[in-house]
Amino acid sequence: MTAARIEVLKTYKLFINGQFPRAESGRVMSVRDSKGKLIANAGKASRKDLREAVSAARTAFSGWMNKSGYNRGQILYRLAEMIATKKLQLAEELISQGFQRTKALQNIEAAIDVLVYYSGWCDKYNQVVSTINPVAGVHNFSSAEPQGVVGIVAPKEGLLGMVAVLAPVIAGGNTAVLVCEYFPLTAITFAECIATSDMSAGVVNILTGELKELHPHIASHQEIQAVLFTGGDAATKKSMMSAASANVKRFNDWSRVRYLSPKLYHLTAFQEIKTTWHSVESGITSGQKY
Amino acid sequence: MIKWVPIDQSAVDDRIARITARSIKGALKTDLLKLAVSMTDLTTLEGKDTAGKVMQLCRKALQPSSLVSVPPVAAVCVYPSHVKTAVQALTHSSVKVASVATGFPSGNTSLKIKCDETKRAVGDGAQEVDMVISRGKFLAGEYAYVTDEIAAIKNACGRARLKVILETGELGTLEHVRLASDLAIAAGADFIKTSTGKIQPAATLPVTFVMLEAIAEHYDKTGRQVGMKPAGGISTSKQALHYLTLVYEVLGQRWLTNEWFRFGASSLVNDLVLQMHKQQLGTYYNRDKISID
Repeated sequence: MTAARIEVLKTYKLFINGQFPRAESGRVMSVRDSKGKLIANAGKASRKDLREAVSAARTAFSGWMNKSGYNRGQILYRLAEMIATKKLQLAEELISQGFQRTKALQNIEAAIDVLVYYSGWCDKYNQVVSTINPVAGVHNFSSAEPQGVVGIVAPKEGLLGMVAVLAPVIAGGNTAVLVCEYFPLTAITFAECIATSDMSAGVVNILTGELKELHPHIASHQEIQAVLFTGGDAATKKSMMSAASANVKRFNDWSRVRYLSPKLYHLTAFQEIKTTWHSVESGITSGQKY
Repeated sequence: MIKWVPIDQSAVDDRIARITARSIKGALKTDLLKLAVSMTDLTTLEGKDTAGKVMQLCRKALQPSSLVSVPPVAAVCVYPSHVKTAVQALTHSSVKVASVATGFPSGNTSLKIKCDETKRAVGDGAQEVDMVISRGKFLAGEYAYVTDEIAAIKNACGRARLKVILETGELGTLEHVRLASDLAIAAGADFIKTSTGKIQPAATLPVTFVMLEAIAEHYDKTGRQVGMKPAGGISTSKQALHYLTLVYEVLGQRWLTNEWFRFGASSLVNDLVLQMHKQQLGTYYNRDKISID
């Protein structure tokens, strides 16, 4: 008779600055399957983990923003490839957290498609939203620039939900802190895909934890330039909007937006239009009057 | 007579581990952050320094933040050629002017040049001089040379206080650090300082601990107080609090003033201000709103 094998189980930690640290406080959240059986303990982030994540995202911002759109697109496509190779593991985790098998696979495939969609836009969106405006005697040039660090409250829609809110944010050169209260196991396996996708450390940071504990700090942190809110009670929303006003954060409430189907304006929702003025004299083509 | 003091590296590490595990919060943290600002020698020691950069640094030294209540720093530390500029910018303030001298950072010039440079810096108005020891001579065992040199520079300083940089990153072992500390103290150093900031590793807690022990023993024997200045690589508030804890534990309250303890740093003040903002206003602040230089 052989002894029953003791399985080697994965410890689900956080994802900050390209690394997988345990939650600073050492706390965990129990993750149970539909029958109530404990399947894993996921890290439970505190405000200090959020601080570290924002700091990493802030440091990564200039490098990510200054990459060519083409290169960002390649990296997002690479991320889609990484998810494709982990499809079975991601499916098993979604199933253990309550998804039906077919729904789980559909969810992952849709997430891959969303990434491919936004990866294609990376080097094109600016062409679409930029303008040249010939005004009296001068031209002004308006083009899109990313906002900075975006704090994202992940929705309750499996991997697709996480990707559908994250991809449009980072495709445009922002960096992100994604807070996942739901599907923490999926969130961390998704983080493993990010860690192997050529994306620089800190561009995406993922915290699993409770929104009620983290939201005041997401909203009030002065280094977060925008918040993407995908759902929660009215009191949470109101309190976040109020705290976010202190540094004039853009507060995008997507609880009524159909973000699961990707759109260009989901990407541009996290862009700012910068306008510069250039004087242009009438004889510019003659080459005589300079 | 200076004697060789053996040092137990693992005991030192153990002591440091207990200090860094400690958590400092609330009102005590607020007070210590302020204290750390008031103990900083705000430093710029780059080849590209200009009078403008030095003046800007002096303004920051006087008022590190306009948003939170912060004391001025202890001193501004510059190359000798910028002493006059700094003295002018800091007239009628509590902020002192410190100048590195003695062929900083290598120290590889003759004693005559070193003394002349020191005198010139003091003549220009430097109230403190940061000298480097001759590490090559020290490592070759010429301890008398090193000691005499420090004594000669101390003499050249006149009324200015002398900080002696051991450049611990080049000394190799903690025993060497202890020996160099003892030599510097015996030769009349007012402060002993870890590093120039140009060599890695710069200041570390174990090295600082060994230097503090040397200061403590000298104080017990003679009653003469010697100051301590860790410099280089201290850029976060958390590190600063670790150093303050260490000083308090080894030397006590008497050293917790900018007369006897300094941080040599350029970016530490930024992080201290950032943390003070969190302490005083309750939200995490934006580093873009703090002057970098």
